[in-house]
Amino acid sequence: MTNEALQNLISTWIPELEFSELESQFLNITVQPAQLHQLMLQLKNNNETKFDYLFCLSGVDWVTELGVVYHLESTTYRHTIVVKVKTADRENPTFDSVCDIWQTAEFHEREVFDFFGIKFNNHPNLKRLFLTEDWSGFPLRKDYVDEINMIVK
Amino acid sequence: MEPIVVNNNFKSEEYFINMGPQHPATHGVLRLLLTIDGEIIKKVEPDLGYIHRSIEKMCERDSYQQIVHLTDRMDYLSSNINNEAVCLAVENALQLEVPERVKVIRTIIGELTRIASHTLWWGVMGMDVGAFTTFFYGFRDREMINDIFEETCGARLTMNYNMPGGLMFDIHPNFIKRTKEFVAHFKTKLPEYDALLTNNVIFQHRTKGVGILTKEDAISFGASGPVGRASGYSCDVRVHHPYSALDKVKFKEAMRTTGDTFARYEVRIEEMWESLSIIEQLIDNIPEGDHKVATNAVIKLPKGEFYQRVETARGELGVYIISTGTKNAHRVKFRSPGFSNLSLLNHISVGSKIGDLVAIMATLDLVIPDIDR
Repeated sequence: MTNEALQNLISTWIPELEFSELESQFLNITVQPAQLHQLMLQLKNNNETKFDYLFCLSGVDWVTELGVVYHLESTTYRHTIVVKVKTADRENPTFDSVCDIWQTAEFHEREVFDFFGIKFNNHPNLKRLFLTEDWSGFPLRKDYVDEINMIVK
Repeated sequence: MEPIVVNNNFKSEEYFINMGPQHPATHGVLRLLLTIDGEIIKKVEPDLGYIHRSIEKMCERDSYQQIVHLTDRMDYLSSNINNEAVCLAVENALQLEVPERVKVIRTIIGELTRIASHTLWWGVMGMDVGAFTTFFYGFRDREMINDIFEETCGARLTMNYNMPGGLMFDIHPNFIKRTKEFVAHFKTKLPEYDALLTNNVIFQHRTKGVGILTKEDAISFGASGPVGRASGYSCDVRVHHPYSALDKVKFKEAMRTTGDTFARYEVRIEEMWESLSIIEQLIDNIPEGDHKVATNAVIKLPKGEFYQRVETARGELGVYIISTGTKNAHRVKFRSPGFSNLSLLNHISVGSKIGDLVAIMATLDLVIPDIDR
């Protein structure tokens, strides 16, 4: 499917989605946290989209917002899409987990939790993956400060 | 005197043991928490982070030329392909067209890197399941490739041969001759690999039917590289999203359908043949021209998001750069193949024995710095 056809189809599912192809090689969808799981489930299961391969899941700190970026590909149709979810809540950012849809998300979401402090609802084993349990702070956030170990230029 | 009552009601009981972080079969500092009942594995939980260096955070601090060097230290056995991935991402963002000569040389060296990685894997795989000789055979052939690399750029492992805009230096005058010598040599040695290990009955008993991964699970777990292809899942980035000179060559995507340890082994052996074929198609046709195009001393990417996918020896490497238009990236994410391949370890090893776990891990071909980053 072309990006245009994808956009036409997906916009009929949930009305409040934002689509953008600006400054990216993929079609980007921004979704509200409440509708994330519903959208992801449909992207995976719909016979015309079949996004069955989550090839990248990244946490991102946009300074004003924290969020997660999902890169999806269909192994049947070979089309690609990017889904973004953002929140302005830096104290307690929480999204729904997608590891019941793609099993690879379990490890990736733990990595995001470890480095960005983003929590995922319904995650089976949400704890730090790389850092020790007693580590304080979330190192990949832009406001993280570690004067001993970080060299700031 | 009271008779002694002997209680014969032995119960089996689950218990924990640690495998690693200093265990020869984990090939690096990976710690596995095993829950076992006798010899049977009930659960495998990887404990990561022993060599985490936070490369992604360093990438936010350093310039785009500098982050190329950091990627060597992720999957060090595919260092050249990692370098290429970052360079391609930066070049695509700048819309910089590199000369054909650069593309062909990158592809040849990329395939040599893949063979070097697979020969090392083959040697170590044999050793993991108890065949020591393979180790020497594998390293003997890998040495020839390392010598070619050393002559080309001065380094044998962490090459740093690529840079945004092309290559650091042109190839050495001996490069073509020595690469051809290697291809001719390796073609006589690969059948020996089969005779020594592939056709060995003990080896086949250790690997066939062990650690089966279905195609659906392979996709769901994000498996890539030989691990995905052994399950009948066509996931070669070189086929689906060709880069550099890979759209000019013909090769067969090595595939199996059984998804067991032996299938993953066979896929890698076949991949070495295919890599030799790619090198042969290109080595006589390296176009004349410059080995780089000039870039600004300070590279600033335009505002936006850039994603580059390449196929390393272990699978799909993704480089995701978010730029705000300055000389540093706002965020760099490396989607490493080993990380996703490790996540399915628990799934495929539950129910097998500890000895099988070693064989399974050997064919996942994990490189721990690639997982920890």
